[in-house]
Amino acid sequence: MKTAGVDIGSLTGKALVLEDHNIISWSLIPTNPDPNVTVKKAIDIALEKAHLSISDMDYVVSTGYGRLTVPFAQRNITEISCHAKGAHWFFPEVRTILDMGGQDCKAIRCDDTGKVTNFAMNDKCAAGAGRSMEVMADLLQLPLDNLGQLSLEIVEAEVPISNTCVVFAKSEALSHLRRGKNKSDILAGVCEALATRVYSLMKRVGIESEFVISGGIAKNIGIVKRLTDKTGLTPRISFEPQIVGALGAALFAQEILERERQT
Amino acid sequence: MVTIGIDIGSLTTKAVIVEDGKIIAHKLVLTGESGYESVASAVEEAMSLAAVDTKHVAKCVSTGVGKGETPYANEQATEVLCAARGALFYYPSARTVIDMGAESVRVVRCNDNGRVLDFGLNDKCASGTGTFLDTIAKALEIQVEDLGPLSLQAKEDIIITATCAVFAESEVVGLIVRGKDKASILGGITKAIASRIYGLANRVGINKDVIFIGGGAKNTGISKSLADLIKQGLLIPQDPQIVGAVGAALVAQERSQAG
Repeated sequence: MKTAGVDIGSLTGKALVLEDHNIISWSLIPTNPDPNVTVKKAIDIALEKAHLSISDMDYVVSTGYGRLTVPFAQRNITEISCHAKGAHWFFPEVRTILDMGGQDCKAIRCDDTGKVTNFAMNDKCAAGAGRSMEVMADLLQLPLDNLGQLSLEIVEAEVPISNTCVVFAKSEALSHLRRGKNKSDILAGVCEALATRVYSLMKRVGIESEFVISGGIAKNIGIVKRLTDKTGLTPRISFEPQIVGALGAALFAQEILERERQT
Repeated sequence: MVTIGIDIGSLTTKAVIVEDGKIIAHKLVLTGESGYESVASAVEEAMSLAAVDTKHVAKCVSTGVGKGETPYANEQATEVLCAARGALFYYPSARTVIDMGAESVRVVRCNDNGRVLDFGLNDKCASGTGTFLDTIAKALEIQVEDLGPLSLQAKEDIIITATCAVFAESEVVGLIVRGKDKASILGGITKAIASRIYGLANRVGINKDVIFIGGGAKNTGISKSLADLIKQGLLIPQDPQIVGAVGAALVAQERSQAG
């Protein structure tokens, strides 16, 4: 039984091919302004890696912000459910999931089967979403991948960022930069502010071990480290945290098929 | 009696000189990295325009986000108070003041004496502020002064769904890619800003007449959208950006007279 999950986010598109509960292949690409291009590219890359074609897929489930733009998906399921499902596959003991993507952040609680019991979400404000890190990477002219590590290499002292709004925080960071503050020290303040916001979102749903981080932010060691300190828990992160949603979608596809075949 | 009002905003610094209830000079400069220097250049140029010397000045009051950063002002006054005093100077019938600045939006409701009854403020989020519009202007490659007139030439109604300036910028990029024309996109953005400001004004309560001040009042698109939402015409002074500084100079007069 072969299924696929397609997760179309605001900044990246992901597709994953699953065969009998085993991951066969996946893709992870930046989104194209045309959602149809993103969808096609994401699924084509994943299928090509698996040496399969779309007709080999028994069932496809789409998820993410662009889940309605996947023409070949039989069903679409919210990313909240998919992230819980995917996180549960990687870490069966998971109870709390933090998923932070480009334009939103979700704190999700689930039960021992990976079913969602509660969640809180911010998708209205860039402060507290991955985009804020991109804005800072752009301002400081540093690659996004380096920001987390640099934020831990404080030279003098963390420069606190007092503005919540990303637009204002950017001006604030710029004026610190002009006054000769070190990039690492500014980044420390930026990461601390983001981690604090995310932590307060998590507190709204309650935090229980095990704690899994998924989405692009899981690759930012500066945020992961700060969340470890704040929650007092060691976050579990899968080998590719950005495919957790697509995996969940593919797992849902298998479940649906199994149910259909039983009846 | 000569008094000076200084309004140190996040983007521009304004100095106004008032003599016996009349504006005799004003100067607007960009607020640089150093608040002190911006204030010095605004005040000195205004004084030379008015041909007054420091020794003639009875009192100098500062307001605005940088009101603590001035070598001149003896005293400070809140932006809310100065907005109300300045507004009533221009239009004695004004009871609601809407002030759209670069990094904040303020709505002040006052009585016929210029006493503040209530006010609301957004200075935490760029949505609805001048910075929001500026971000979009950059994405659309449009000069600030062209924003208003162009937004009025919208061919179709576009609704911007994002509240956040950062997300709205992405939304605008998506609309450009989908081939939407700049005027219509700008029309959507202008309406989004006006509706944010209207939301704040509604919370404070809107009493007739409504005066619109701050840099945003120079944008004809925003003033039109806002007037449509409020369902009444807006009073807009010729130099809407200096109203706060005028208010500060008037507060300086009041305080001087009170001793």
